[in-house]
Amino acid sequence: MSRNYIQWFLKQHAERAEASSLTISRRMILTGGTAAGAGLVLGVGCRRRGKTPPDGKSGDKPGDPPPAKPGDPPVGDTPVAANDFVANAFVRISPDDTVTVISKHIEFGQGTYTGLATAVAEELDADWSKVRVESAPADATRYNNLAMGPFQGTGGSNAMANAFMQMREAGAKARAMLVAAAAKAWGVEAGEITVADSKVAHAGSGKAATFGELAQQAATMEVPEKATLKDPKDFKLIGKTAARVDVPAKTDGSAKFTIDTVRPQMVTALVARSPRFGGKVKGFDASAAKAVAGVVDVVQVPTGVAVLAKNFWAARKGREALKVDWDDSEAETRSSEQLFEEYRALLGQEGKSVRSDGDAANALAGAAKVLEADFEFPYLAHAPMEPLDCVVNLGADKCDVWMGSQMPTGDQMAAAQVSGLDAQKVAIHTLLAGGSFGRRATPNSDLTAEAVSIAKAIEGRTPVRLLWTREDDIRGGRYRPMMVHRLRGGLDKAGNIVAWQQRVVGQSIMKGTFLEPMVMPDGIDSTMVEGASTLPYEIPNLALDLHMTEVGVPVLWWRSVGHTHTAYTTEVFFDMLVRAAGRDPLEERLRLLAKTPRLHAVVKLVGEKSGWGSPLPEGKARGIAMHKSFDTFVAQVAEISLDARGMPKVERVVCAVDCGIAINPDNVRNQMEGGVGYGLAAALHNEITLKDGKVMQSNFHDYQPMRIHEMPQVEVHIVPSGEGPTGMGEPGVPPIAPAVANAYMQLTGKTIHRLPFRRGIEGGAA
Amino acid sequence: MKQYQIDVNGKARDVEAEPDTPLLWVLRDELQLTGTKFGCGVAQCGACTVHVEGQPVRACVMPVEAVGARKVTTIEGVSGPVADAVKQAWQEVQVPQCGYCQSGQVMTAVALLREIPKPTDADIDAAMTGNVCRCATYVRIRKAIHSAAEAGK
Repeated sequence: MSRNYIQWFLKQHAERAEASSLTISRRMILTGGTAAGAGLVLGVGCRRRGKTPPDGKSGDKPGDPPPAKPGDPPVGDTPVAANDFVANAFVRISPDDTVTVISKHIEFGQGTYTGLATAVAEELDADWSKVRVESAPADATRYNNLAMGPFQGTGGSNAMANAFMQMREAGAKARAMLVAAAAKAWGVEAGEITVADSKVAHAGSGKAATFGELAQQAATMEVPEKATLKDPKDFKLIGKTAARVDVPAKTDGSAKFTIDTVRPQMVTALVARSPRFGGKVKGFDASAAKAVAGVVDVVQVPTGVAVLAKNFWAARKGREALKVDWDDSEAETRSSEQLFEEYRALLGQEGKSVRSDGDAANALAGAAKVLEADFEFPYLAHAPMEPLDCVVNLGADKCDVWMGSQMPTGDQMAAAQVSGLDAQKVAIHTLLAGGSFGRRATPNSDLTAEAVSIAKAIEGRTPVRLLWTREDDIRGGRYRPMMVHRLRGGLDKAGNIVAWQQRVVGQSIMKGTFLEPMVMPDGIDSTMVEGASTLPYEIPNLALDLHMTEVGVPVLWWRSVGHTHTAYTTEVFFDMLVRAAGRDPLEERLRLLAKTPRLHAVVKLVGEKSGWGSPLPEGKARGIAMHKSFDTFVAQVAEISLDARGMPKVERVVCAVDCGIAINPDNVRNQMEGGVGYGLAAALHNEITLKDGKVMQSNFHDYQPMRIHEMPQVEVHIVPSGEGPTGMGEPGVPPIAPAVANAYMQLTGKTIHRLPFRRGIEGGAA
Repeated sequence: MKQYQIDVNGKARDVEAEPDTPLLWVLRDELQLTGTKFGCGVAQCGACTVHVEGQPVRACVMPVEAVGARKVTTIEGVSGPVADAVKQAWQEVQVPQCGYCQSGQVMTAVALLREIPKPTDADIDAAMTGNVCRCATYVRIRKAIHSAAEAGK
């Protein structure tokens, strides 16, 4: 998600918060004023984002989480034992030496639990084998994302960027309290005490104690105002690849996801939803559904008709037996090919100007050579491995929600609104999630609202586990929008790019949502053009404009959002121009990125590591693409051959990345490998198509994920950096599709204009 | 509803279920063995892989009535030198990201290595292609299988 969006999102939520009972006032957010609890972070996160050096010596001071008071929500999601040392909102130390780090961010594969705990353990000098992580409760005053203001959420690949210094400080302060406790107990100077591997020692007196032994005394020490942070040269964990905290449980089946939640008397709910987006329930006949053994109830909810049963299988059979009459009068009934036709028609008309440098039209008219290319992108489903799910236990004055909550503040508010309870009466228990890729964060917390609606419809009689089947997921909308781009570029006689004109047509993620009035005051949804509006090449005349279409298909951010299509169009069109000029794609990138040193460096590095320019066997070719997203700089070289059907077979991908300080280099590599695979699945295979408004795909047989035999070798090279950490979850995705398309261009002379490649190549690449 | 006795992880378990209930949902909903995951329901992703008489089977499409007296092993019960080597390799190579598919990946990998102790890349492709990982941890799955094979030599 873009920064822009998040800021506006917050304002909206602040208004909703005011309307409900959260105590963050709108004025406070808009003015950056302060109030107990929330004020400390306001106006801090955005300025700090990605700019704080790891030595902590400059940059703004991150806010301290307020210490817990009696009556506060619990720290973490398990009860605090009486003799635990609760150092602050993020660190708890138990007498048995266990260090519990409270994660304000969800773990859905990106490694954030490990990253946050690494930052804490580093400054705490904890024994890594004794560190565990648990999820924070929903509490925007203590667990907000510092880049999102008073809002708790994970998105925009900024978990480590916003929390790195905060977690280090939390660890350093806990350490100082342990040291103070030891100094007091032993009657020695705190300055003479050393800490290593969860042990506190004083060489002069020979005294030593473990964290656990000091826990009770440490709890009575004053919370220090200032934290003294390590010099990065003394790091023992940061940059050294600590083993992921979640891996053991994810290897033996014991990791708990939402779908594994069991509550006494819990029923399973499946919802019959309209086969067309925007369709409504006209009427339904539940008699056959209710006759299915195990079905306990059938209720109408705002999103459709829910069938509740003692187990999944009965709920599924019940839903199959249910008869629903749908009212399609307000539904979207167009087909995707029809939509493409409409989008193409808009390519001939000028849209809203987003960027204008020099005079692109004039420069094009005077160019020695002009190239034009159109590119088309389908709707894409996120399809995380764990289908959407949410468990709700609704009581008279309490609502417990178990889910992979990506936006606990939003989920809490949605549950409050639907249930009619005060937001403070809603407890969000965030579990591990089996992927998200953006799908578990929606502006209106659709999943939570649906689950609580069902619980409310049965008056909270039993806990409800709402499950979406894979078919529900693939057909459920909230797709990466369909997009069409047109590019025109001009070369002068020497072959220099002198003009660049880009037009983007598609559906806005923001428009039509409650966010629109605030997100788009200038009528432009910046997430649709991010990456194109920020094209880093030095081109003197550049114009970018945008058409936003009205379609009834719900759309959403999908791992790297607008960069999913802008990286493709800009990088593939760049290669078309460079090749027309008879120049080398890598050399020309280096030349035109001279003023953006971090991009220049990753391009240079990937060139060296990939053997760019060295001969390849017959039938193979390389392609390069680079892209900055979420403050991270990535360049990839793809080495491909063609399979028997003439489709690209990606054999090797070399990747260079600058993400600031690499907190956990192995996880950086893992995220890059995964980003390549996720991006390739979409590039090679994936599209959601509509016929008369109905989604034509339904499961993994016709929405093909990447499989192991298609996965290339991936080599990742990390640029050493002293800058603050930046995003890792998303930035691996954008460059892979254009890198492969550029390799295909090198091999065949043809450009792939339509995605997925299967369709673009069969339909005739040109 | 009918009564079935099935052998799961070496124990006889009595369950009451409709005959067409997939083994997956008997394991998950009736026996609370939740390590076996639901991903697609149509044998396309392998998240629900269990062993039936040692063979990898997609539990989401095997009706409970078809199990009979055959021995079912889930991620919670898989054991022995090969299983230990695979789980060990998975940790050493740091395979999982979101982790949701990994029970199924481990179960298929164990079955592969029991059949072919030293698999080639082509053997791995053939055995593992039915197991989807949306996080695309495939580079590491391949590496971990080779590593487990080395350990088991």
